[in-house]
Amino acid sequence: MDTYYTDGDPIADGKAPQGPIEDRWERRRFEAKLVNPANKRKLTVIVVGTGLAGGSAAATLGELGYQVKSYCFQDSPRRAHSIAAQGGINAAKNYRNDGDSVHRLFYDTVKGGDFRSRESNVHRLAQISTEIIDQCVAQGVPFAREYGGLLDTRSFGGAQVSRTFYARGQTGQQLLLGAYQALERQIAAGTVQMNSRHEMLELIVVDGKARGIVVRDLVTGEVTTEFADAVVLASGGYGNVFFLSTNAKGCNVTAAWRAHRHGALFANPCYTQIHPTCIPVSGDHQSKLTLMSESLRNDGRVWVPKRAGDDRAPGAIGEDERDYYLERIYPAFGNLVPRDIASRAAKNVCDEGRGVGPGGLGVYLDFAAAIGRLGRDAVEAKYGNLFEMYERITGEDPYTVPMRIYPAVHYTMGGLWVDYDLQSTIPGLFVIGEANFSDHGANRLGASALMQGLADGYFVLPNTIGDYLAAGPFPKIDADTPEVAAARRIVEDRITRLLAVNGDRTVDSFHRELGRIMWEYCGMERTDEGLRKAIGMIRDLKAEFWQRVRVPGGEEGFNQSLERAGRVLDFFELGELMCIDALHRTESCGGHFRAESQTDEGEAQRDDENFSYVAAWEYTGGDPILHKEDLVFDYVHPSQRSYK
Amino acid sequence: MKLTLRIWRQETPQVKGRMVTYPMDDVSPDMSFLEMLDVLNERLTLDGQEPVAFDHDCREGICGACSLVINGVPHGPEKATTTCQLHMRHFTDGETVDIEPWRARAFPVVKDLVVDRSAFDRIIAAGGYISAPTGSAPDAHATPVPKPDADAAFEAATCIGCGACVAACPNGSGMLFTAAKITHLGLVPQGQPERDSRVLDMVATHDEEGFGGCTNTGECTSVCPKGIPLSAIAGLNKDYLHALRARS
Repeated sequence: MDTYYTDGDPIADGKAPQGPIEDRWERRRFEAKLVNPANKRKLTVIVVGTGLAGGSAAATLGELGYQVKSYCFQDSPRRAHSIAAQGGINAAKNYRNDGDSVHRLFYDTVKGGDFRSRESNVHRLAQISTEIIDQCVAQGVPFAREYGGLLDTRSFGGAQVSRTFYARGQTGQQLLLGAYQALERQIAAGTVQMNSRHEMLELIVVDGKARGIVVRDLVTGEVTTEFADAVVLASGGYGNVFFLSTNAKGCNVTAAWRAHRHGALFANPCYTQIHPTCIPVSGDHQSKLTLMSESLRNDGRVWVPKRAGDDRAPGAIGEDERDYYLERIYPAFGNLVPRDIASRAAKNVCDEGRGVGPGGLGVYLDFAAAIGRLGRDAVEAKYGNLFEMYERITGEDPYTVPMRIYPAVHYTMGGLWVDYDLQSTIPGLFVIGEANFSDHGANRLGASALMQGLADGYFVLPNTIGDYLAAGPFPKIDADTPEVAAARRIVEDRITRLLAVNGDRTVDSFHRELGRIMWEYCGMERTDEGLRKAIGMIRDLKAEFWQRVRVPGGEEGFNQSLERAGRVLDFFELGELMCIDALHRTESCGGHFRAESQTDEGEAQRDDENFSYVAAWEYTGGDPILHKEDLVFDYVHPSQRSYK
Repeated sequence: MKLTLRIWRQETPQVKGRMVTYPMDDVSPDMSFLEMLDVLNERLTLDGQEPVAFDHDCREGICGACSLVINGVPHGPEKATTTCQLHMRHFTDGETVDIEPWRARAFPVVKDLVVDRSAFDRIIAAGGYISAPTGSAPDAHATPVPKPDADAAFEAATCIGCGACVAACPNGSGMLFTAAKITHLGLVPQGQPERDSRVLDMVATHDEEGFGGCTNTGECTSVCPKGIPLSAIAGLNKDYLHALRARS
């Protein structure tokens, strides 16, 4: 039977310092070589992406004195998709005196990641979390406050302490604006050169080191090469491989994928987080899905009718005819079970024919009890903007009728493999935020993505990249270097080929079809048979793409169809790798549920003996090569998760 | 639903634009306005025409990228709603809908419905921040902020920088955008040391970028998808006068 891959050497060194876990980050910072302030001016760093990770990294590197070149495909760095994160950001401040600590946040995060993340990284993240809040408050981020003027917090899915800091339902926006403003400050100071409406289309590797990128100016169409002493990718996640997701339309995998084609390993691609609280699909025209903040689960009760096929209005279904299934199955956590569990439970009740709304793909999220208990005003103060958003999209008033929700693809935990320094397998190529695979393991908990983005950008990378740059500046590169000309040619050839097909199908029609394959076979539940089928379908679809795609317009000037066409091609290759990764991992963990691996009660069955590793894939052009990095747990011992 | 769309087409900034008519026969009331344009663009592509260029990204009302003037109103007929969150159920069968880009001197057209709003970034770069270097911040609880101030700062901070205020203003003024940022940062204790220089520098850059002056017509706030109130501009003016006096 075809395995679709070959085995390679294990990854020996993740560069994490040894010793007590509390001291490792301190030790790494001390041992890292420093760059003399006068030398920093002579060093150039390219940062691709301006979200929480990229924006904060570019601002911080600029402030440190490096010459930074920053790129984003949006018209302004303020529009990166981090801006849409609604929920909140975790920090081990223990301001509530409810028993929180760095160790507890570390413990919860390793466990919540289903023991598929690294202890050293996660501990560092928990340590830094407290500094992030301080930094953001100093920048003027308007977090929610108590009447005494101190910061307010709330609890979030999967956590039993109140450690999530938030700004209504728009925390991502406020954190991103903080980073964006810090970035604009550096732009004004001349340390950061900003290039918006530019897309990275190739990585330039010279003498084995990342030394630049090939970019296309999305307004003029001009393709140029840009050089630096190091390259940082902060280009976000790849959830749009599913076409329908909660990601912004422009989110794509291109920057990371082109780096992967140059030798950077791609780790754990099959770990997709499915978010349980999205607004259900309304029709074939649908272009994206809208997330409702998970914080809604704090006060909303999830239910479906007890009887299959019960299509009465929710108000006509009596209490005794309702199944509050999360509270029933998971009494300790109830509606606050982690995302993967809530999502799959919703799928199960819908599969039983008990789903609600058009097509039966929905469950109720009901605020009647909360409104009765707290009053409408209190509910409105907490969730008003989310309720408004829901009403706008569905035309229904959630104060009087329960919301309908269904799971949707939200966040990808896989990404380019990085070591403890956030450096990829290509020296000089650093990867931060959602674009790397690093800290989430198999299942990201709520409010930890914002934490990781800012930790990487403000605190980790600015320290670790110095150790690499201390050996610089590296020899000057010019446009005639063979590697540079080759990278440029790849970009130009690809554009020429795409425009030449002139077929009879649109780019979006291919993307939608790919998305349906991925959702069906590599979505909430995966099987051996389904994944094999999907790999064949993706290969056929990609071949058809090259026969039938039509990309209107030319290579010059503003051409949004051309932008999308290149990204969809990368999604084909990534989608195939996701299926191969999902196929080889014959265990269930977090966001990856293999139907063949479940307990008698239908819960995910991990296999620590055989799969306690990071799967890092090497690109070959043919079957990929699997490199394994063993995960070692000295502080949090793997146990079967139970939320019952 | 059947609709007749009249859309502004302009190949490049240099050439003259024109309105072009496109009939639409299959519009569902559940589509968002941008999804309706997606459907049109799929059809245009297959017909061998160039699709309509327009800016969009998050499609959930927060990134501020979408920017269409619909029937003469930035972001269309619904109050406090971005174009991407506007659904076709708000239109009637048989209606003719005009779709144009933001029109303002400071926002030159890039192509079709896409404009260049980078002037907003330069206004922020002029002082729309608190100078807080990374890594040396005091504990967050060391600076209490009264809840009413924090709430008001948050309200102002919700500005998404879409530029509808500019497109609606008869003077092409970006004062509501500038005022939102000044209000946000002026309401928190961290923003006080730079309060005077911030307002002077941001307003100076606003004027240099070619935005017009504010004459309090209030069109900006009536189209603002985030409901930034006109009182923000009053706050800006107050800060501006205070800063001028402090400087003299």
